Amino acid sequence: MGIFDILQMSMYFAPAFFGHLLGKCLKRKYPIVEIMKLGFVVLGTFALVWWPYLHSYEAAMQVISRLAPFERGIYEDYVANFWCTTSVLIKWKRLYAIKPLKLMSLSATILAFLPSFIQQVKSPSNLGFLYSLLNSSFSFYLFSYQVHEKSILLPLLPASLLALHEPHLHGWFTYYALFSMYPLICRDQLLLQYISVLGLFVLIYYSPGGNYGKGMKISSGTMAVLSLPLLCSILLHTVYLQIEPPKRYPFLFDALIMFICFSQFIILTLYTNYKQWMLDFHPRPVGSKKDL
Amino acid sequence: LDPRLTAHRPQRAQTTPHPVRPLQISNWTTAPMAATSSPSTAAAAMWAFAAAACVKLLLVPTYRSTDFDVHRYWLALTHALPARQWYTDASSEWTLDYPPFFAYFSRLLSLPAPFVDASLVDIPVPAAPPSSAYILYLRLTVAFSDLLLLASILLLARDARRRQRPFLALLLVLWSPALLIVDHIHFQYNGFLMGLLLLSLHFLEQGKDLAGGVVFAALLCSKHLFLVAAPVYFVYLFRHYCCGRGLARGLGRLVLMGAGVVAVFAMAFAPFVYYGQMQQLLSRLFPFGRGLFHAYWAPNFWVFYIVLDKILAFLLRRLGFSIEIPEASFTRGLVGDSSPFSVLPKVTPITTFLLVILAMTPCLVKAFANPQSKHIIRWVAYACSCGFMFGWHVHEKASLHFTIPLALIAMDSLDDVRHYFLLSIVSCYSLFPLLFEDQEYPIKVLLLLTYGALMWVGFSSHFAANPAPGGEKLDASDNIVEKKLTGWISLGYLLGMFAIEFWSRLFHHHVYGDRLPFLPLMIVSVYCGIGMMYSWIWQLSWIIRHT
Repeated sequence: MGIFDILQMSMYFAPAFFGHLLGKCLKRKYPIVEIMKLGFVVLGTFALVWWPYLHSYEAAMQVISRLAPFERGIYEDYVANFWCTTSVLIKWKRLYAIKPLKLMSLSATILAFLPSFIQQVKSPSNLGFLYSLLNSSFSFYLFSYQVHEKSILLPLLPASLLALHEPHLHGWFTYYALFSMYPLICRDQLLLQYISVLGLFVLIYYSPGGNYGKGMKISSGTMAVLSLPLLCSILLHTVYLQIEPPKRYPFLFDALIMFICFSQFIILTLYTNYKQWMLDFHPRPVGSKKDL
Repeated sequence: LDPRLTAHRPQRAQTTPHPVRPLQISNWTTAPMAATSSPSTAAAAMWAFAAAACVKLLLVPTYRSTDFDVHRYWLALTHALPARQWYTDASSEWTLDYPPFFAYFSRLLSLPAPFVDASLVDIPVPAAPPSSAYILYLRLTVAFSDLLLLASILLLARDARRRQRPFLALLLVLWSPALLIVDHIHFQYNGFLMGLLLLSLHFLEQGKDLAGGVVFAALLCSKHLFLVAAPVYFVYLFRHYCCGRGLARGLGRLVLMGAGVVAVFAMAFAPFVYYGQMQQLLSRLFPFGRGLFHAYWAPNFWVFYIVLDKILAFLLRRLGFSIEIPEASFTRGLVGDSSPFSVLPKVTPITTFLLVILAMTPCLVKAFANPQSKHIIRWVAYACSCGFMFGWHVHEKASLHFTIPLALIAMDSLDDVRHYFLLSIVSCYSLFPLLFEDQEYPIKVLLLLTYGALMWVGFSSHFAANPAPGGEKLDASDNIVEKKLTGWISLGYLLGMFAIEFWSRLFHHHVYGDRLPFLPLMIVSVYCGIGMMYSWIWQLSWIIRHT
């Protein structure tokens, strides 16, 4: 399971790295040479690490099957990603076998991170790289195969790196990421730790002497719309603990939590993709140097 | 020129990134005269208390000492039995040995208990280990009683000269690692008691002597350990409140103050006088039969006395004199005429009492001669440190009693800052042996290191922003010599603490195996004792020179 997590981490961020490095290579004088150099390094490292298992096809396949257990099914429990949420309407597991589902999830994931990948190849930049990390890991979380709730930490990492540029995004995202793991935390009886860690986060976010909320003019209508899921989520915290779900739907509250988190995640990923594309089109600020 | 290079050059990011300013530590240290840019100190103090409360929640499942069982028993005792039986009940070995106000406080805390878990208030206390609801309830009572500390801190945000105290001074109390370790891990109610002490100090600083005296009497009725500060209070109140207004008014005020104090004591002790239990109560409050030390030596003066005794015994034995190894031990009480010391004269409770009074005398003389309210915190802290240094059966937790008040005045001058930096680290480190389980090790080390880092950054930025007037030294090229937070000796001393910690954790086991298990503790005691002695001498010299 631990090795699976490391593989996940490298997979989730791979498109961002690939896109950024490819974009940087294309900017140099002789792009083909740069790409070949990069390709050699990557393949060489890969070969070095996988050396013991490359002697036969079966051995390599065994490693891969251990690393990516596809038999478990496309989703498990109530993760706030696309397949799990839409499974309420479309019963994926009943309609399709594993192979088509694998293809569907792969293509959906690729489609989802494609915009940010293209943006980085076109115009790589450090800030754009961070956005690209966020977007590619988010796309994997939302659309990939057999995602665990804990994987939300992977998009959360670049979001934290972007915290100074996007404070509202970061706070919003962290709250809903924690909320999406709430059933897991209750099961592990870590409720007290959840409360204190969430409390500490809110206190750090609203520390005295910081300026927050300035610079972003949100109309009161938008605020009302945004705070509705927030209120629902706060209510759900207590409801989940205290009230027994009805017999017909024993996982009703898990599903509700999943819905709310998924809706917020979709909004967030659309927003970050938009921001990444806007990096290209922002007018150059007055006074910056032109180097020819 | 390749057009791609100019067309696709990466643009700068958005022009108005509205970044969040990181925590503005320099705002915490300036004493804002007009608090326009920085938030109000009250709001900031409440924020700090909330952050500390989150950490206290995280500390709920940590190690609990026998003090937890003590307070659990007292909670049940005060709830289930009538007051008549509080000091006579013997169903548990942890008999009630605090004065009646603390018993009333325990009763107050036990009121919601039956709604949480009915077994919380059973007498006799069930022998089974407590359930998690039980533990959570008791831990929450400690966190709740810290509200009194917050209230006192909010009141103390203005000092004696009607100026705002720097926020960092308040933060040093609210986030004190010693308080967290003793109260929220080891389990005691010191936050509540220190809140009472600070409240009384606030009243005295603001000139409301009657209120200060009454609150101090209430504190005495909650924990009689604070009797060491009583002489200072008495002298100060006598001179400041009663004297200098003519004989008639002075006498009237004396009677008034006396009446107030007696009223408080009456509220506490009257029921027990009525039941005729005063003898029993006093024997519970002042148990004789305890030794000079308890199992772990507090870092006070007597540590050096013992070490000197042992060294002398060793040397004299080498020189051929016959010195018997004493049978009595330091931890058990006085048995007849036997003394646990081999060479030096034995120490009795009376001796320690006289020494404490002797050590306090310069302070009392100064308070008598010139009773100014701006020095009262310093005098009371000094009295508590005398009690710590020379008292009988002192526990190292008692160092909290003078470290917390000193935090409030730590930022008055650079010397104060240096002294407090050293003192707080030494007193927190001396509390480490209280948490001997491995799982608390990272917690206590991180608490101390974070606090040290907070002090370092806070003090440095404070003195960068407000250089002390008239104190700058100029070196050869007329540049102001930067004031250092620690001198070389202090730095060496603090690094020595690291060395001792390494030794006791890593090397002692390798070198000695299982022999001499008490040696690391002894070394820690002696080493911290050096720091404490320095602090006591420094406080004494400051009081003699400046008050």
